[in-house]
Amino acid sequence: MILQVENPVVEVHDLTVSYDRKPVLWGIDLTLPAGALVGVIGPNGAGKSTLIKAMMDLLPVGSGYVRIFDKPIDEVRNRISYVPQRESVDWDFPASVFDVVLMGSYGKLGLFKRPRKADKDAAMEALQKVGMQAYADRQISQLSGGQQQRVFLARALAQNADIYFMDEPFAGVDIATETAIIELLRTMREQGKTVIVVHHDLQSATEYFDWVVLLNMRLVASGPTEQILTQELLEQTYGGKLTVLTKVGELLRKQEFPSREA
Amino acid sequence: MNDFLEFFSFADANIRYVTLGSVLLASSSAVVGCFTLLRKRALVGDAVAHAVLPGVCLAFILSGTKNPFILLLGAFITGWISLVTIDFITSRSRIKEDTAIGLVLSVFFGIGILLLTAIQHSGNAAQSGLDKFLFGKAASLVGEDLIAFAIVAVLLLVTTIIFYKELTLLCFDQAYAKTIGFPVRLLELLLTTLTVFAVVVGIQAVGVVLMAAMLITPAAAARFWTDKLHLMLVLAALIGAFSGVAGAFVSYTAPAMPTGPWIVLIVSMIAIFSFAFAPKKGWVSRLFRQRRNKTHILEENLLKLMYQLGEKKPGFDAPRQLHELLERRAIPQKEAKAGLKRLIKQGYVERTPEGWKLSSQGQRRGERVVRLHRLWELYLTQYLHLASDHVHEDAETIEHIITPELEQKLMEELGFPVMDPHSARIP
Repeated sequence: MILQVENPVVEVHDLTVSYDRKPVLWGIDLTLPAGALVGVIGPNGAGKSTLIKAMMDLLPVGSGYVRIFDKPIDEVRNRISYVPQRESVDWDFPASVFDVVLMGSYGKLGLFKRPRKADKDAAMEALQKVGMQAYADRQISQLSGGQQQRVFLARALAQNADIYFMDEPFAGVDIATETAIIELLRTMREQGKTVIVVHHDLQSATEYFDWVVLLNMRLVASGPTEQILTQELLEQTYGGKLTVLTKVGELLRKQEFPSREA
Repeated sequence: MNDFLEFFSFADANIRYVTLGSVLLASSSAVVGCFTLLRKRALVGDAVAHAVLPGVCLAFILSGTKNPFILLLGAFITGWISLVTIDFITSRSRIKEDTAIGLVLSVFFGIGILLLTAIQHSGNAAQSGLDKFLFGKAASLVGEDLIAFAIVAVLLLVTTIIFYKELTLLCFDQAYAKTIGFPVRLLELLLTTLTVFAVVVGIQAVGVVLMAAMLITPAAAARFWTDKLHLMLVLAALIGAFSGVAGAFVSYTAPAMPTGPWIVLIVSMIAIFSFAFAPKKGWVSRLFRQRRNKTHILEENLLKLMYQLGEKKPGFDAPRQLHELLERRAIPQKEAKAGLKRLIKQGYVERTPEGWKLSSQGQRRGERVVRLHRLWELYLTQYLHLASDHVHEDAETIEHIITPELEQKLMEELGFPVMDPHSARIP
């Protein structure tokens, strides 16, 4: 069941993404409503992170396009914000918590300009919202996993964007951080922001999200949570691998075949 | 001493040139090197350094002069091609980056040596001195050469400062940089270009073979002293500059000594010193920390023993003999005595004619260690479902590191327990 919406904030059309010629996402077609908390859910290797990375044009796509606010992404970069996976950076980098959060202002500042006093205030406010103001001067290598996640979240908040893409913000964080993050996401939704979250825990998904995207190499379902998280659709997503699909993908890689003609 | 005064009065124009040249070259490549290091592309500098040689030789063959600008241009072109080749190989084939670097480095260097040998046997009188590129020629940096390289060095420093914010983000989180609309490809290109320039000017000082050290070593050493990027840049520049001056000084006092290798030796010594003595991260301070932990554990163990004796034979402040303590736990006698003496100094233990006894503060601390030990045993049996005869060893170490906040939390989670898994009372 794939529900499409009127005036979507995100529109994904026939998106295929391959790694080394092997497609990991096949022909994704979906639209997301404004002001929703969206959970992208599926088993390991389903292509959840790949989907949001492709939406932000961080990966080369084989076919299809993505439009955000009905525009190509490069025209709306200052309205989107990305919270990468915690493990994607080296936390031994010589920077303080405040330095990292301040990076949230870089997009609006553009090249060459230094952060101004107002940007520093905004960064401090963002730190306050995630309850980390006491850690502003802390070296980032001293943070726990949950604190690292909060810092990344604060950086995104400092951007003051309209749509947020978050890659596994709940992975490996403590309960306190998880509650703090979900509270924050709900506040953001109330302010009319759209938040798209890659998530792996089915149990909390019902409670956290009002729109769910079920993914397993292809789009299984997309729609309001209560209609999507059904036994049948979950079985389609998690039950059994699509052996033929995987094998065809392998074949494309081995034969160095293009996934689309010409 | 005379040499020292003579050198540092900078009265001799030649000394002025050489010193200024070495300082500029060494510090500019050190600053760029910081970003190369943080981008985890330390080896790339080495590849570029070797790839520069064929460029220099080709520029000489084609132009027939040793004009520094022309040689620089040649060096820049092949250095740059080598980096593009590495990127191309890694992105278009299954070959990993380290292998690609090895391939490119040896092929380019091989061609360079080939061309150099051909030039040397060509009988062209103008070629003399070209081989200096192999090991550097800091001592003969004068006039026109110096001006050319000084300009490039200053340009490098200025560009790095202008793009400080952008380069930092590129090194820390490239994907994020792209999502906020930074021209990531261009910034990568910029850093590549800066690296090539740094190498090209740096080889004037230390030569092709040793250049990687000038790029990476000051940055690696500086990283040990600070967690702030801007301080790291300044420190790396200072370390580079210092080695530049020191190298120039050595070859001034002992003319048989080459400047470049000395610069590299000095910068390496600074790096080794940093690894050993830097606060917190250095090897010595780690050693100290381990020693401190050891004495901390010994002292707490002694207090715990005395407290446990007090539990057995009532009277926590009764005097005990050393052998009573050592019967319960095998501690070398010398260590135990030294530990007790330290505890006396700290006011936890008192010495009386009848033996050693706990002060009231010592009782409190001994009690706390015993409590933490038994709490932790209880926690392990209840939450990790470990057998009660398997938890003692673990509790022996954990009892020394639990903080008061964690203690409070443990008490709460366990519901303020009274008995441990071995039915001993939790004090």
